[in-house]
Amino acid sequence: MGEQEQTFRWIGKRPLRPDGVDKVTGRARFGADYFLPGMLSGKILRSPHAHARIVSIDTSAAKALPGVKAVITGADWPDIPSEEAAAGETPINLRALSHNLMARDKVLYDGHAVAAVAATSASIAEQALALIKVEYEILPHVIDVRAAIKPDAPLLHDDLYTEGMEPQPQQPSNIAKRVEFSLGDLDAGFAAADVIIEREFTTQPVHQGYIEPHAAIATVSEDGQAEVWCSSQGHFTMRTYLCKLLRLEQSKVRVIPAEIGGGFGGKTLVYLEPIAFLLARQSGRPVKLTMSREEVFRATGPAPGSYSRIKIGANRDGKITAASAEVYLQAGAFPGAPVGPACMAAFAPYDLANVSAVGYDVVVNRPKVAAYRAPGAPLSEYPVESVIDDLAKQLGIDPLQFRLQNAAHEGTQAAYGPRFKVIGYAETLQAALQHPHYTAPLADSSNGSAPGIVRGRGVASGFWFNIGGDSTAAININEDGTIALTTGSPDIGGSRAGHAMMVAEEFGIDVAQVRPLIGDTSSIGYTFLTGGSRVTFATGMAAIEASRKAIQELCKRAALIWEIDPEAVSWKDGKAFPAGPNAGDFEPLTIGDIAAKAGKTGGPIAGYATLNAQEPDRVSALISAIWKSIPKPGA
Amino acid sequence: MAKYHVSTTINGEPVEFLCEPQQTLLDVLRDDLQLTGSKEGCSSGDCGACSVMLDGRLVCSCLVLGVEAAERSVETIEGMAQGEQLHPLQRKFLEHAALQCGICTPGFLIAAKALLEKNPDPTETEVRYWLAGNLCRCTGYDKIVRAVLDAAAEIRA
Repeated sequence: MGEQEQTFRWIGKRPLRPDGVDKVTGRARFGADYFLPGMLSGKILRSPHAHARIVSIDTSAAKALPGVKAVITGADWPDIPSEEAAAGETPINLRALSHNLMARDKVLYDGHAVAAVAATSASIAEQALALIKVEYEILPHVIDVRAAIKPDAPLLHDDLYTEGMEPQPQQPSNIAKRVEFSLGDLDAGFAAADVIIEREFTTQPVHQGYIEPHAAIATVSEDGQAEVWCSSQGHFTMRTYLCKLLRLEQSKVRVIPAEIGGGFGGKTLVYLEPIAFLLARQSGRPVKLTMSREEVFRATGPAPGSYSRIKIGANRDGKITAASAEVYLQAGAFPGAPVGPACMAAFAPYDLANVSAVGYDVVVNRPKVAAYRAPGAPLSEYPVESVIDDLAKQLGIDPLQFRLQNAAHEGTQAAYGPRFKVIGYAETLQAALQHPHYTAPLADSSNGSAPGIVRGRGVASGFWFNIGGDSTAAININEDGTIALTTGSPDIGGSRAGHAMMVAEEFGIDVAQVRPLIGDTSSIGYTFLTGGSRVTFATGMAAIEASRKAIQELCKRAALIWEIDPEAVSWKDGKAFPAGPNAGDFEPLTIGDIAAKAGKTGGPIAGYATLNAQEPDRVSALISAIWKSIPKPGA
Repeated sequence: MAKYHVSTTINGEPVEFLCEPQQTLLDVLRDDLQLTGSKEGCSSGDCGACSVMLDGRLVCSCLVLGVEAAERSVETIEGMAQGEQLHPLQRKFLEHAALQCGICTPGFLIAAKALLEKNPDPTETEVRYWLAGNLCRCTGYDKIVRAVLDAAAEIRA
């Protein structure tokens, strides 16, 4: 491509989105919008206690209620081994996840599921819940991280020993894990500082707050074939969870993605699907489970609350000499708070010789946390950036200038491992410094002319990863020359539109001729969930590769029609052309022309691409292409 | 539980249904009549995703009982487009990309239509106040407000 500016047919334009009309007419089907013949209504009984031992559960009266077709408790779940599985930005322990879906010996938070029923109507299911007798022995609970790490704190799990400590502790505690990312010599760094600021911060858990509550439908046939509809950020991930948690074969479970009414990370975790499956298997009928808003808040993952201590020192010239962070995150009832990403991101924007970020994953009697928009990062970056501002103020240096003086750049050694390549951070800060918005005078709010309105200007830096990951895309050329694009990525924010534009760009055709859809787990290859900022990038890459393969095949078919060498065919603006005067004199063939003759030239035409977007060659090629395409300040 | 027989009008069509006394109008629309365009976001009248018109008045259908629809007129998102013709608000929502996940969109459209029927020439502030009962979590509200103002201008023209 070189330095020459590339022009695009679709990229950067704003075509109407392919899923738009369905969404403005109410036709789009979200998780709760599916109905199956004979479908039962499921309901979940939840713990009213933050921490209690389950002494006994008696479901006999519920089972005897007419209309009740299935009742399950923790005893209906297989006992699975402790095993880590990939789940969005942070791994998850499957055994813990199983216990989160339905309590076994203990309930660990208010809202923890204890039992579930399926009945012929929602009101019968609710009556049945009221008939389930659970005897609890109430235990002391703890919901604050600082209280939870005290030696005499109530223990949530008596087999939890802190990982990442040398030597490994002999006593169980509520600290599941300690992580550390350090460089240099903190003591020497602070000794060289002229100004040191140390502050403590606490934040409360924040729920993702998607407007659509969780919903799932499952149906299981007598030979064990199952279909599951779910509203999630990853139907393949839901299949993985279902099969691991319930010991099922993946070929027997077809998970069908519904439209998703917001996720923000919170719909990467599984809650309802395995419960719906167990109820459907027991009753022999389809079962729908939908959460109420109250259930969403009581039982699904918020972002963790946190406590942190930040200490940063700088010399009078404005160079940071040392920085340390200690971050404690609420994991909820089971380990898995994003302490790793929080500590990796904490100081990543800065080029620091002496730095340390230490994080603790702390279990408390709250719902298990879930991913939420750069999981963990805001919980370390907000306090770090606040202290950076304080330092700039105390040193009398402009806050952007202070960040620029300490900015990470090409070659910076990050405390979490990599040596950065081109990152564009200093260039971004310079552009912000030069931008008129940074110096334009603000309307005076001190004279009382606009009561209640205070105008100011703030700056902060942030850091996040792109997790790449596995994606599959299929291009099928329809008989009339239009294109079906199938991917495995649930669309949480318009990715179908983006992918269709990429395909239209590759083929050189009208984007309206590309119909994108999201295939179920039996119709398209494995695709990791929608999260970690990966779908436009990774699944987009697969869509482009699949398009290129299909175009190559179209050229081959054109060569067969023209009876010339395939290398003598080129592709432009949706048509095959003879590559040059020596190739022959033929009228260009459209996709429709070639598709119409597909049966005589080798059968249907398609392109299929499977990839992992983290393969280093792909990533560096893409990054350098993006870098070349960005206008540089002052250039 | 004994059910009540209810006769009502939905999107101009006579409709009859049986419902339990505690069922909300939203439950009936979605689960019994399978008009699933109205969404349940909160069931407490906070999010507006279940907005419908009841005798020309904007209501949260999660706060109305099914039996209360008897002998009244209900308008839902399913009745907004006329055949193949989208309502100007629906078109403007698409053109302004005033939706992301789309779960709140039917409620916003019904509420916006109610506003324009009452006030064909609202100011931006009036649009923002009127739509304060509808929550959107993805897009922010700016594109929604612009789409409503643009649709209002088109309808007036």
